[in-house]
Amino acid sequence: MTDAGRHPNITLLSLSEVKKVTGYVGAFHVHVLKKARYVKEGECTACGDCTKECPVVIPDEFNMGLSSRRAIYSPFPQAVPSAYVVDINHCLGHNPLICGKCIQKCEKHCIDFNMSDEELEFDVGTIVVATGTDIYDPTALDEYGYTRFENVVTSIEFERLVNAGGPTKGEVVRLTDKQPPKSVAFIQCVGSRSQKRGQPYCSNICCMNTIKSTLALKEHYPDIEIKVFYIDIRAFGKGFEDLFRRSKGMGVRYIRGLPGSIKEDAKTRDLILTVENTEINKLDTHRADMVVLAVGLQPPENMTTVQEMLTLQRTSDGFFLEAHPKLQPVDSATRGIFFAGCAEGPKDIRESVTQASASAARAMRLMNPGRLKVESITAEVNPELCSSCGICAKVCPYSAISVDTRAKTPAKVTTAACAGCGTCAAECPSDAIEMHHFTDGQIEAQIDAILEEDPAGRIVVFACNWCSYAGADFAGVSRLQYPPNSRLIRTMCSGRVSEKFVWRAFEKGAPVVLVSGCHIGDCHYINANHWTEKRLNKMWKKMEKLGLRKERLGLEWISAAEGVRFQEVMTRMERLRQTVTLEEITDTQRILREKKKPEHE
Amino acid sequence: MTKGKSTFIPLWQMHSYESEAEKEGPMMQEQAPSSSCRIGVYVCHCGLNIAAAVDCEAVAESAAGLPGVTVSRHDGYLCSEPGQNLIKKDIKEQGLDRVVVASCSPRLHEPTFRQCISEAGLNPYLLEMANLREQCSWVHSHDRPAATLKAKDLVRSAVARARRLDACAELEVLITRSTLVIGGGVAGIQAALDLADSGYKVVLVEKEPSIGGIMARLDKTFPTMDCSI
Repeated sequence: MTDAGRHPNITLLSLSEVKKVTGYVGAFHVHVLKKARYVKEGECTACGDCTKECPVVIPDEFNMGLSSRRAIYSPFPQAVPSAYVVDINHCLGHNPLICGKCIQKCEKHCIDFNMSDEELEFDVGTIVVATGTDIYDPTALDEYGYTRFENVVTSIEFERLVNAGGPTKGEVVRLTDKQPPKSVAFIQCVGSRSQKRGQPYCSNICCMNTIKSTLALKEHYPDIEIKVFYIDIRAFGKGFEDLFRRSKGMGVRYIRGLPGSIKEDAKTRDLILTVENTEINKLDTHRADMVVLAVGLQPPENMTTVQEMLTLQRTSDGFFLEAHPKLQPVDSATRGIFFAGCAEGPKDIRESVTQASASAARAMRLMNPGRLKVESITAEVNPELCSSCGICAKVCPYSAISVDTRAKTPAKVTTAACAGCGTCAAECPSDAIEMHHFTDGQIEAQIDAILEEDPAGRIVVFACNWCSYAGADFAGVSRLQYPPNSRLIRTMCSGRVSEKFVWRAFEKGAPVVLVSGCHIGDCHYINANHWTEKRLNKMWKKMEKLGLRKERLGLEWISAAEGVRFQEVMTRMERLRQTVTLEEITDTQRILREKKKPEHE
Repeated sequence: MTKGKSTFIPLWQMHSYESEAEKEGPMMQEQAPSSSCRIGVYVCHCGLNIAAAVDCEAVAESAAGLPGVTVSRHDGYLCSEPGQNLIKKDIKEQGLDRVVVASCSPRLHEPTFRQCISEAGLNPYLLEMANLREQCSWVHSHDRPAATLKAKDLVRSAVARARRLDACAELEVLITRSTLVIGGGVAGIQAALDLADSGYKVVLVEKEPSIGGIMARLDKTFPTMDCSI
């Protein structure tokens, strides 16, 4: 930790949050809000004189509220940076200055209430997302009585009690009588592996954390009685089984079965656990001085902010989705962004460190050559066809197109800024924009080829590369079966799907056409899929006017993690296809032929 | 222009798409006419991953009759070295100027086959893939005729697109040699240190007053039972 604080290549920004990220791989521009510390970081020697003067006493969050701290404080003894910090929400007031006792006491004059929040900007080539995890709050699991009985604690509270730097200086005590417990019961899988409450997945760390705690307890108090109530003990890592065996060897009892309820003996404040031992199918009661709930891990609440800022995706468990679960486990789908630690899923310290080193290596691999090849999927304007209407510049999410609508000079694309979504090409009324590698001609050739034989039996599906095409791949990897009538055409973004592609498909006899893309807000091209939505709304209106059934043109948002949803949509589309008669198809073809080029209406 | 070699521009010679276009002028257009192209179609069995549900031989046969297709083959594993060598050999010997690989998702192996054809002298953008595994054999496992029919369609669509593919030059951008690390827990600290020790600049952003995260709260850690900080 201290190495990170003093490394000449690391700019450490504590009390800071990333507010905005723009740009692309190799050239991200980052805005960071650094909140005021009110103590000069470089000058504070962490002597602690100020704290003694502060009259405000509040629960210490670092010790899970088991001790108290002042409004000017150091989070914990080994904190990096070591400088003290003013909790301005609890300080009696700095503007106007109400108390100010700490200022008078600080000999080095490093407390400065005139400090204000700073907005900082950086240019970076790559980003490592290590946003971590939250710890499950067991309040909802009322049968364990966490909120009702003081002697029921969570594993992280227990961790503070057993810690030499904690509120009891490492002395494990019951919270009711401050006496060391003679018997402790651990309950596993609290908030994990449940389809009903908490999280459905295994939190990965709790079994080993409990085994570790039993060993620590037995070392402190050899005579203590310890029981662990579990579903399975998952000691799969290197050296883990060894620790488990050591724990059993020291007399810790492992009982298979989770308590149905916990009651408190009102007099002694001991806890009485009713448990079905599932190995012998017998209902037992156990007494314990103290109960420790081995709480699981869950995605932090503020994850959505980072997700939206970096257009990342999340798996159904709520953690970030990697580009490939086996082959690119630390890469995100967006080039240049990597995951480290629990942001990607619950993991222990060793795994977090391994993954962090892997993501650092992946980032270095990208940055080391100094130059980066980007795909040449970019837009190009044909100046002869351009009418300088300015629509392309309006729809471009990257402001990569400039056009002077007054001087009527043709639009121009800044290639380096173009990300290749193709929305401009889809919206251009003069067909003046060529989207390299996803040209009109290429896509139309695919439509024609798909509908060459028995078009009535085919469903044309446009799928964006990042979400819905990846969702279809995920359905494949999960072996989810769906009707075989769909034919996918990949575009980089649903924004590329021009009206004329859809009309062409209907003209060639398609019974059903589906446009699919990333969920609104998750678009890989900032907000290009807003234009998809607008375009489809326009088309549905036109279809109504022409007397066509507008359901035959579908719009679905399917994320890369939603294989099941892809399967559902395909099944639904096939049901819809079966309702479209040959007669309806020929009628549609006739109507569209009569209405020449309806897309230019 | 029968062989793709003449259109290939080594990537290190390219600085930007625009400058290349100016220099080479008609480079983009030269590949456009589709009547004269020589396409190679390669249908991959992926062991039994595809072949169990799709009649790969029949797919390759039907592709052979499509306009512009010069060779059409099927093979056990195209991503393997012998598989890739098969494609490279054909590019050289048969003068192929476009390649269609019908195998797994392009999200997995497009880079592999782009690299493969560029080693044989073709521009990497003259590759098209048909996704017969994730979007055909794996999702229609119990309906071989329908899966085979779909596979044929997907290959026909890929060939149609391939006829119209153009060589593209990749843009090179300068990369800023620094990293933003969001979060100063054990993972963020480790990533930041590895990068910084290797000479990269790192901005480590932590929302709390101190780095350390959950790890700093722990007493002993498994499996070594030593302290966490």
